[in-house]
Amino acid sequence: MTVPEPNWVLPARGPVAMFCLIAAEAAIFTIFVVAYLFYAGKNPMGPQPRDVLEAPIFYSICLLSSSLTIHMAVAALRKGSIRNFGAWWGATIVLGATFLYGTASEWHRLIYREGLTISTNLFGTTYYSLVGLHGSHVVIGLVAMTTVMAFAFLGKVSQEHAERVDVLSLYWHFVDAVWVVVFTVVYIIGR
Amino acid sequence: MSTDSIVWPRSESLSRPFVDQLHEWITTVDHKQLGIMYIVYALIFLVIGGVEATVMRIQLIRPHNDFVSPQVFNRMFTMHGTTMIFFVAMPIMFGFGNYLLPLMIGARDMAFPRLNAFSFWLTAFGGFLLYFSLLGANGLYGAGNAPDVGWFAYAPLTSLAFSTGHSTDFWTLSLLVSGFGSIGTAINIIATIVCMRCPGMTLGKMPLLAWLNLVMAGLVLLAVSPLTAAQIMLMIDRYLGGHFFDTQAGGSAVIWMHFFWIFGHPEVYVLIIPAFAFISEIVPVFSRKAMFGYPIMVAATVAIGFLSMSVWAHHMFTVGMSSNANTFFVLSTMAISVPTGIKIFNWLATMWGGKILFKTPMLFAIGFLFQFLIAGLTGVMLSAAPFDWQLGNSYFVVAHFHYVIVGGILFALFGAFYYWFPKMSGKMCSETLGRWHFWLFLIGFHLTFDFMHIPGLLGMPRRIYTYEPGRGWDTWNLIITVGVVFQSLGILVFVYNLLWSYFRGEIAGSDPWDAWTLEWSTSSPPPAYNFATIPTVRSRRPLWDLKHPQDPDWKYE
Repeated sequence: MTVPEPNWVLPARGPVAMFCLIAAEAAIFTIFVVAYLFYAGKNPMGPQPRDVLEAPIFYSICLLSSSLTIHMAVAALRKGSIRNFGAWWGATIVLGATFLYGTASEWHRLIYREGLTISTNLFGTTYYSLVGLHGSHVVIGLVAMTTVMAFAFLGKVSQEHAERVDVLSLYWHFVDAVWVVVFTVVYIIGR
Repeated sequence: MSTDSIVWPRSESLSRPFVDQLHEWITTVDHKQLGIMYIVYALIFLVIGGVEATVMRIQLIRPHNDFVSPQVFNRMFTMHGTTMIFFVAMPIMFGFGNYLLPLMIGARDMAFPRLNAFSFWLTAFGGFLLYFSLLGANGLYGAGNAPDVGWFAYAPLTSLAFSTGHSTDFWTLSLLVSGFGSIGTAINIIATIVCMRCPGMTLGKMPLLAWLNLVMAGLVLLAVSPLTAAQIMLMIDRYLGGHFFDTQAGGSAVIWMHFFWIFGHPEVYVLIIPAFAFISEIVPVFSRKAMFGYPIMVAATVAIGFLSMSVWAHHMFTVGMSSNANTFFVLSTMAISVPTGIKIFNWLATMWGGKILFKTPMLFAIGFLFQFLIAGLTGVMLSAAPFDWQLGNSYFVVAHFHYVIVGGILFALFGAFYYWFPKMSGKMCSETLGRWHFWLFLIGFHLTFDFMHIPGLLGMPRRIYTYEPGRGWDTWNLIITVGVVFQSLGILVFVYNLLWSYFRGEIAGSDPWDAWTLEWSTSSPPPAYNFATIPTVRSRRPLWDLKHPQDPDWKYE
């Protein structure tokens, strides 16, 4: 009755859904960033950001380079090299965990040495909320990547899963990109 | 396109034990069952929200009435607003979207069926959580305490000092949970429309309903997320001692208003765009003409989507903003009436010269056109900041947004019910009862909401639990409450019609309206797999092509 369409190819649903999730997440982060900027410099009582904050350069480099390692991991899986995939994927998890350790030690110093908690003052509220929101995304990413790693150890990850793993890497790239914004806002503008 | 469908074993499915059927509904990932669950769930909450509105109107029927206490009145308007927006309007739109989208784009299900079920249950439990506050908010002492901070919950009302107990926390959590559900559904809708269309259905050949739901889902992603963020901040303030909205520690009450309305205004368009979608399907079919100006309709919808993100602070003119901000939000708000006006003209042009069939769906669609126009006109009035300074927070505003939500969205929804009920149930709705429903509800609507403008103009503020006699408000309030009687009767007829038609209605057949979109090419109700073979389309009206092979649409599009 009708002419069949010879080349009817639509976008894969995984990346489309992930880009939608990223759009929604970006809107959530935008609100927190706007709140941080709106309240920057309006903190009525100490401790003030310039007195207690130090830019976590090393840990930021760890997180940002994990974007490169996860890209290499997916590229390796596309070529079918499971061994290389596991190595790069493991490196990504280690780098993400290192970043998280950096945040944890920074928070430990702020809480126990500087006496800054989320309820101390306006700066504490906005700082722990924004950095904590990002940190919780790092945790979610690490849980997801560790799950994939477990499957890889069990020999359940193969070349055909490259597109699915790539969807997770999109999320991880987003978490890294958000850190660039959070870093700029908290440690450069906010200080 | 294959239209022959395998006979679905209905008699067998009806005779199965109740527990089996219940298990099937609870564990289902089928888009049609989930769609119907969304709709039934929303209808139950529609009745609950309607009862709350009725309580308020009985209280206001005469001055110095003491039907309910001021505390109960505060809970009623908070629960009414929250229920109607989050647990009636949004789920019912998602329900129709869920049911119709895969059928209209020639797919067998949504892109992510399990995410779909997950989103539904999040929304459902969000609603239960809100109403559980009646039992749980005061720690189960038996002293019920629903949220009473208003549906936009301005700071500092929500701070621990002014909202003791847990009623505000129930409000926050229920919106947070159902918000995650909404984001999940929006992701699903976009992925379905982008990735699941049947062969030949390019973006320019999609039914308008699919286009409008695509824009709606995009708005949900960008508008519901700020509310989620604001609710997280509110929880940090209430549970962890944060200071986001604590003015005594340098926080700001106004920033809550901004965050809420950054969600709140696009939300109106999240609800009205699917209503536009229903009208865009009903008007052409009952005018026996193709939609006038399809590309312009799509462009106008996308324009509304963009503009609606930049108008939120027109809810805050009376708060006191800079004159630059006021000017910007006045102009952006007025600008949004341009694409909306284009839509109204396109629907009128579709009807113009058509052979109009005045069936129940079309009656509601025509009601929508008139009422939505008036709602838009009072909207343009309120968008002028000086006018808003005079009438902000008055009953004029209440009348305006109920004109949009009841006169616009609800009328379009009723039209959609009568139009797609035959597809969902396999039975026709009763035309006679449908007409009773239409006229009763139309009269009730106009009695209530036309006359509600006047006490607003006379200075009656919203959210007051009673008023002094002799201010010229008494008679108007009486008329407004009398309208509720007609509206309630209309709703009763509607519910009775749905039940009666489901059991006794005449068999609909697959295409009772002689319509043109793909959902009418499969049986009513459609089989679990929707289409025996995935259809291929060449125009915007694939069933027209099928019915008129000598004069198909694709020759002209």
